[in-house]
Amino acid sequence: MSTNLYSLIGLAAGVAFILALKGLSHPKTARRGNLIGAAGATVATLSVFLYVNPIHHLLPVLGAIAVGLIVGVPAARKVEMTQMPQLVALFNGVGGGAAALVAIVEYLHLGKDATTAEVIFTVFTVIVGCVSFSGSIITFMKLQELMTTRPVVFPGGRFVIAGTLVAVLGTAVWVVQALGTTPLLILAALALIFGVLFVLPVGGADVPIVISLLNAFTGLTVAASGYVLSSTLLIIAGTLVGASGTILTRLMAEAMGRSLFGTLFGAFTAKPQEASGTAEERPVRSGSADDVAILLNYARRVVIVPGFGLAVAQAQHTVRELADLMISKGIDVAYGIHPVAGRMPGHMNVLLAEANVPYDQLAEMDEVNPTFGQTDVAIVIGANDVVNPAAQTTPGCPIYGMPILEVNHASNIIFLKRSMRPGFAGIENELLYDPKTMLLFGDAKASLTKVVSALKAL
Amino acid sequence: MDAIAIISIFVLAVFVGFEVVSKVSSTLHTPLMSGANAIHGVILVGAIIVADHSRTSLELGLSLAAIILATINMVGGFVVTDRMLEMFKPKKNSSEKGGE
Repeated sequence: MSTNLYSLIGLAAGVAFILALKGLSHPKTARRGNLIGAAGATVATLSVFLYVNPIHHLLPVLGAIAVGLIVGVPAARKVEMTQMPQLVALFNGVGGGAAALVAIVEYLHLGKDATTAEVIFTVFTVIVGCVSFSGSIITFMKLQELMTTRPVVFPGGRFVIAGTLVAVLGTAVWVVQALGTTPLLILAALALIFGVLFVLPVGGADVPIVISLLNAFTGLTVAASGYVLSSTLLIIAGTLVGASGTILTRLMAEAMGRSLFGTLFGAFTAKPQEASGTAEERPVRSGSADDVAILLNYARRVVIVPGFGLAVAQAQHTVRELADLMISKGIDVAYGIHPVAGRMPGHMNVLLAEANVPYDQLAEMDEVNPTFGQTDVAIVIGANDVVNPAAQTTPGCPIYGMPILEVNHASNIIFLKRSMRPGFAGIENELLYDPKTMLLFGDAKASLTKVVSALKAL
Repeated sequence: MDAIAIISIFVLAVFVGFEVVSKVSSTLHTPLMSGANAIHGVILVGAIIVADHSRTSLELGLSLAAIILATINMVGGFVVTDRMLEMFKPKKNSSEKGGE
């Protein structure tokens, strides 16, 4: 294959990626957009085999691709929708790791022949790729709850982070001047450590924003390695992801009412959370499924607020059954969807779409908030932080300023919860002790099933 | 490659990247992130190129590791995005019959 043809195929793949991102921005075209992107990536990969012909080490290369397929495809196919965010984080991390490895290999290969520009781009790729890799692993562990979801802050933490950053930059200068393998490997190690330190202080609810940011980082590393390898395709694809990822990160932060800076460094400026009220026993009103059913039976308007607990219990079909039953009784039902309910923006939409909930029943936060005053019952299913009034009333708490669903304005509030454990952000919710609140403890699916049969019996 | 050409490509790609996603509803944030994540898996192309011209077993070993990771990123990313989007699909009939 001629160089021109190879370059044109690369250009076509670049266009496919633009169309993919464009398609993914609209619900109707999203799936097609993703397929266009996949087609572009496949064609680009195949074209390398035709262009670099005969390819050295063909069998090991094909073997490595096969291993990647064997690991990646089943993981993507089998993952529960609840665990999807951490899988995306993991995929992003391995992408960053791949970019860093490519840069290291090319650096070893070029040796003393590397131009200063190539070394600078290599250094950039190694640093950012390693940060993305180790940072994504930490976000994975936080989302998978392999470690605490709360911000991890230790005394002098910010000085350690700043010190590591200085060490990374110093080593980077050393690599550019000394051109050795050892400095580059030290740089990679320091960047890996920095990635860990960078993500540790981020609180649970902000993790999706960080995944999105690291995603943009990985895009930029791919663009930089495209420069070193003289590949227009990698430059286009990486830059597209870097740019769109940056915008997306900002949009997500806005949806949560957070500044990006506050997300990343908030844990250092916030006062330590006093552990008030967590240990002491305070009275709550808990009810049975029958109590809930009676309350619902005489309501005129009910708003369902789904959260991560719904996802964990896989209760999306049951909640739809309950909604349909209420509608058949003439009750006005809407779902109040918080943009960041669950573990990722849009998580609830995906889940409810799976249960075929009609789109017009899903109300976004701005639509539904003014209606809570006329709402007889708000059913909060496995959500906590997104309805916590502390976000509006307690300056200094980690979620302060985040827009919430104002269920506190509804006449009655029902919480379906597994336990009194606070939400992902680890903040006590005053609403649970409100006199107009009733708690129904248990797995969301089991509780909903009981409510459905109790309501049918009425 | 010509430095000016590279800068031009880079700057234009930045603006295209900004433009295509500037008006996306929060519903699609997750699939969009996941799709963009899959796209940077195209580093696989770079990994194959460095594997091809690697001279030492260290270079080859590292590039094969890069190929594995990049394949996971690319293929897994597109598959998981498709699974997310699959769920948005069957909506046409149900939205028609709504209302009281």
